[in-house]
Amino acid sequence: MSTIKNLSVSIILTLFALCAYAQDGAKYFTKEGHISFHSETKIETIEAENYKATSILDVSTGQLEFKVLIKAFEFEKALMQEHFNENYMESDEYPKSNFKGKITNIADVDFATDGTYDVAVTGDLTIHGVTNTVETAGKIIVEGGEIKAASNFVVKPADYKINIPTVVVDNIAEEITVKVDLDYKLFNR
Amino acid sequence: MNKILLILAFSIFAFNTINAQDLLDLLGEDEETTEYVNASFKTTRVINAQSLENVAGGVLDFKISHRFGRLNQGAYELWGLDNASMRMGLDYGINDWFMVGVGRSTVGKTYDAFFKAKVLRQSTGKKKMPLSVLVYGGLTNKTLRRSEAEDELLDFKHQLAYTAQVIIGSRLSKNTSIEILPTLVHRNLTVTNAEKNTVLALGIAGRQKLTKRIAINAEYFYVLPDQVADGITNALSIGFDIETGGHVFQLHFTNANAMHDNGFITETRGDWLDGDIFFGFNISRVFTIVR
Repeated sequence: MSTIKNLSVSIILTLFALCAYAQDGAKYFTKEGHISFHSETKIETIEAENYKATSILDVSTGQLEFKVLIKAFEFEKALMQEHFNENYMESDEYPKSNFKGKITNIADVDFATDGTYDVAVTGDLTIHGVTNTVETAGKIIVEGGEIKAASNFVVKPADYKINIPTVVVDNIAEEITVKVDLDYKLFNR
Repeated sequence: MNKILLILAFSIFAFNTINAQDLLDLLGEDEETTEYVNASFKTTRVINAQSLENVAGGVLDFKISHRFGRLNQGAYELWGLDNASMRMGLDYGINDWFMVGVGRSTVGKTYDAFFKAKVLRQSTGKKKMPLSVLVYGGLTNKTLRRSEAEDELLDFKHQLAYTAQVIIGSRLSKNTSIEILPTLVHRNLTVTNAEKNTVLALGIAGRQKLTKRIAINAEYFYVLPDQVADGITNALSIGFDIETGGHVFQLHFTNANAMHDNGFITETRGDWLDGDIFFGFNISRVFTIVR
C-alpha cells in the first residue's frame, strides 16, 4: 500500500515539476526580427536593413540567441550590397552572424505587467567568423501579453577582422551602430 | 521515498538536458532559399566583351575607355602613349535583369547602342542553376565622313552594323568565372566583296580574382575562317580589374584598337607577336539614379 502511495506521490511531484518547468521555461521567438546598421562619416552614410533575423528568448533563464543571414541585409545601393557581401563580410564563407548569450537581469522583468524594462545583455557575438564577448543594454517591452525587445549597440569592424582598405577608409565608420527591433511570439512546442 | 528522489533526480536531469541544447535548434532547420550568384565579374565588361553582369536597376554606369597607340611605335611616340582612341559610354539598368547602353567611339566616329538581358541566373540553394545566360543585341553607326564618290553609292544603312550575342557562363568558384560568347555580327557594308556581311565569331572570357579587389581578366574572340578580309586578326585582351568603392579601373593590353562590337570583333588588325599591342584602360563609375 505504501509503495503505491509513494509512487503516486512521486508521479504527482514529477508532473508538478514538469508543469512548473513548462511554465517557467516559456520561450518566445521571431523569424522576422529587424536588424539595421548605420555607418556615418563625413563622406558617406551607409545603411542596411535586415527583416529576417531569427531570435529566441527563454524568459525564465534569460537565455537569448540570434542568427542573422548576412545576405539578407538590404542596401539602398546595389553596389554597396555587393561589396558588403563580397569584400567585407565574405558571406559565402560566413553566411550567418549569431549571438548566444543571456539577459543577466531577467528577474527584473515582470512579464505579467505591461511596461518597459531595461535589461543588460551579455554573450558571444560572432560576425565574419570571429567571436567576441559583448555586453550591451536593451529594453524589453511587455504590452498586453506581447513581448518586444530593442537594443542599440556598437560594432567595430576591426574587432571582427573586417579589413577596410585605405582608399575607402574615410567612407566607412570605425564604429557602426547596430539597431535591433524584435516582436516576439510565444513559442509553442 | 527513494523512488521520489529517483524520479525527482530524473526530472531535474531531463530539465537540464533540455536546457543545455541550443535554443535556436528548437525552431528547426532554416527554410532553404534560392541564392542568386552575382559579382561574377567586377563590372559589365570583361575588357571589350560583355560580362555576365548587368548594372543593377536604377543604376547608371559612366564608362570612359582609352586605348593608347601601339607599343611597337617606339620611343618617338612614347611606345604608343602619344596617341589614344577612346569610347565614352553610359549604361543604365532598367531593372535588375535588363540594361541598355549608348556610347561613342573615336574609331570610325562610331555611335553604338545596345541592350543586355539576363535570361537565366546562376543560383544555389533551393533552386540550383549552374549557369547564367544572357542575350545581347547591339547596333553601331559609323559616321566617319565618306568621299563624294562613296556618298553617291551609299546610304545611311551602310553605316550600320548589328551584333547579336549569347553570353553563357558561370562563376565556378569565389575567385574564378568563365563565359563563352557565340556572336553574330552583321555589317551592312564590307570593304571587299570577298568578306561576309554576317560574321560568326566565338568569344571566350574569364576572370581570376587575385585579391578581394584585384582580378586578372582575359578574353579572346575567334572569328571563324573565310569570313573577313586578309589581315584581320582575332582580338586577344588581357588585363586587370582594380576596384575602389564606386569605381572599377580596368588596365589592359589588347591587339584591338576599337571598343565597339563590330570594331574589335571584325576589324582588329593588330598582331600580338608583331608588338601591335595597345595599352588601355576602362574606368567605370556608377551612380544610383533611382532608389
